Amino acid sequence: MNSYLIKGVRVVDGEPTDLLLRDGIVAETGRGLSAKGAEVVDADGLVALPGLVDLHTHLREPGREDAETVDSGSRAAALGGYTAVCAMANTSPVADTAGVVEQVWRLGREAGLVDVQPIGAVTVGLAGERLAELGAMADSAARVRIFSDDGNCVADPRLMRRALEYVKGFDGVIAQHAEEPRLTEGAQMHEGIESARLGLPGWPAVAEEAIIARDVLLAEHVGARLHVCHVSAAGSVEILRWAKRRERLTGRPSKVTAEVTPHHLLLTDDRASGYDPVFKVNPPLRTAEDVAALRAGLVEGVIDAVATDHAPHAVQDKECEWGYARPGMLGLETALSIVVEALLGDLGWDGIAERMSRTPARIAGLADHGHNPAKGRPANLTLIDPSATWTVEPTALASRSRNTPYAGFTLPAKVVATFLHGQPTVLDGKVLR
Amino acid sequence: MNIRHLLSASDLDRRDATAVLDTATEMAAMAGREVKKLPTLRGKTVVNLFYEDSTRTRISFEAAAKRLSADVINFSAKGSSVSKGESLKDTALTLQAMGADAVVIRHPASGAPHRLAHWIDGTVLNAGDGTHEHPTQALLDAYTMRSRHGRIEGLKVAIVGDVLHSRVARSNVHLLHTLGAHVTLVAPPTLIPVGVTGWPADVGYDLDAVLPGVDVVMMLRVQRERMTDSFFPSEREYARRYGLDADRVRALPSHAIVMHPGPMNRGMEIAPEVADSARSTIVEQVANGVSVRMAVLYLMLGGVK
Repeated sequence: MNSYLIKGVRVVDGEPTDLLLRDGIVAETGRGLSAKGAEVVDADGLVALPGLVDLHTHLREPGREDAETVDSGSRAAALGGYTAVCAMANTSPVADTAGVVEQVWRLGREAGLVDVQPIGAVTVGLAGERLAELGAMADSAARVRIFSDDGNCVADPRLMRRALEYVKGFDGVIAQHAEEPRLTEGAQMHEGIESARLGLPGWPAVAEEAIIARDVLLAEHVGARLHVCHVSAAGSVEILRWAKRRERLTGRPSKVTAEVTPHHLLLTDDRASGYDPVFKVNPPLRTAEDVAALRAGLVEGVIDAVATDHAPHAVQDKECEWGYARPGMLGLETALSIVVEALLGDLGWDGIAERMSRTPARIAGLADHGHNPAKGRPANLTLIDPSATWTVEPTALASRSRNTPYAGFTLPAKVVATFLHGQPTVLDGKVLR
Repeated sequence: MNIRHLLSASDLDRRDATAVLDTATEMAAMAGREVKKLPTLRGKTVVNLFYEDSTRTRISFEAAAKRLSADVINFSAKGSSVSKGESLKDTALTLQAMGADAVVIRHPASGAPHRLAHWIDGTVLNAGDGTHEHPTQALLDAYTMRSRHGRIEGLKVAIVGDVLHSRVARSNVHLLHTLGAHVTLVAPPTLIPVGVTGWPADVGYDLDAVLPGVDVVMMLRVQRERMTDSFFPSEREYARRYGLDADRVRALPSHAIVMHPGPMNRGMEIAPEVADSARSTIVEQVANGVSVRMAVLYLMLGGVK
């Protein structure tokens, strides 16, 4: 295994230093390090962050390898600065058995560019009727800890209660896609002024808010962990703020966590004006007021983490009528730049490291990830050029799909290198495999 | 006119909309002549691309194009969707290859004409897309109002019924606002979009309170299926609260007209004796449809700037 000497990098918000990566850990730090045989990486002007951790990635394999594979998604992740991704369960077949989660985990190991942590389905076939074998997935080689029916909501309150309770047995967490299905039948975009104008059936914010409120109360009642996926509405932020304040009052540590996507931090529902389905996503893009509330919630810590909800779709599933298109957007390769664009001034690099690496690693139970590069820590990190800008060109992305909503956007901050367990997956902005 | 496509009634500014109505008047005058044809669009190809049954609108566009001497191709794609048959994009590329100068599209998905316009070079005319818009219907409605009342500016128009799902209502609100009329939408609150606050129109829930002050009352078709989806409790309750019957017509000012884009549910949103009364413009609207669509094709394809 090669060792690497990173020269002159600023670790998060710190002063320039050198980092020696050897045997999978940060072996030495300090100015003026030298190491025989180590490959030198000139990192003058770069910022080192703990390798980013994505709580919400759709890798599409098995089932839709035309849209993404574990390998292509891993390349996209590494290029985006990620060292770990949590792979959502809505594959075909669904990741609702130990067999499927182990397959995804093994494919991730074979790709070797990012630690792929499978998420298991909560219910058999995502059907919302009976629990999948959650314990078997937890005990498998994939060691599943996050369970989610993402794409579908666990809408049945009794089933949700049981799931929340059951996974306490192995420190699991239910990641809920909060969407009351009866309120969103046929829904195509945020219900508001734009949907009224465009004649597209609306997805009311209350469909998300009502489920979050219910689940917060259920989780508190049974003393279980709850993670809320892709929070999109201002009202949801208010409910989460209430939930966290309430748990402080009860004297027990907050067991509710929440994530927001980069696209909900930047884009609004008026993007639907031209009916280009690249802007169709679930939950939908909402209003400028929602974007402002989500940003404030993330800065305040009411929302704990940024997660991409990277959702690749084949060309034919997006080059069609809005109503027939699949919802979802690419995210892995643009997430960091979007967060920098939206919130670097409010969060600083340490705040970004907290919300894109340290906290998501803790939520996912990934002990090797989410550590600022420091002596003795696992060498999972990424190097960012904070002064670089780049223009998003869909065909230049590593993902197999092209459905980025940022085509033509010029964005700040570029990932220069990513190291996984001490070995580079990206150098000079290029993925090594 | 300087617009390339007609996707929404909001694509038309006041000058364009007035030009369409004025041209339609000339076209209507021609319809009374022995030879009803103009050579303007000779050599041009107009495709009627219909993904929904709508004999009324298709025939109206077909007659309009033929009276302007265009070649008309009817492409019925009913039942086509992404899951079965050819995609809209492939159909667009086919029409492009055939050299269509204009495509008139009717489609169940809102925004399908926008997508089509993205893929072909010719002019796209929206002949009704999902629950979005139906701009030529709004033009023919405006034409009808103008021919009955002599003006549109300042008219008070009530649009009554399933506004939420109505492409006719959306296009009419835009166009009537552009032309200076004042619109009040009347419906049970379940059939008014949550985002109606963005529209240049008033909203009322009480039909009887609105009727005495209007110059035009436009009744929208209410599909019986809405009942099973709990938008209202029953057909009879809807008819009682929002149907236009003879008693309500008596509350209208004497000069007020009654419109309906068709097809009607007689006895539901409109009583048969009202539909057939002298105030009703329903048959006129159909006839005016051809003149207005001729005007649109003439102005958009005829090379007249």
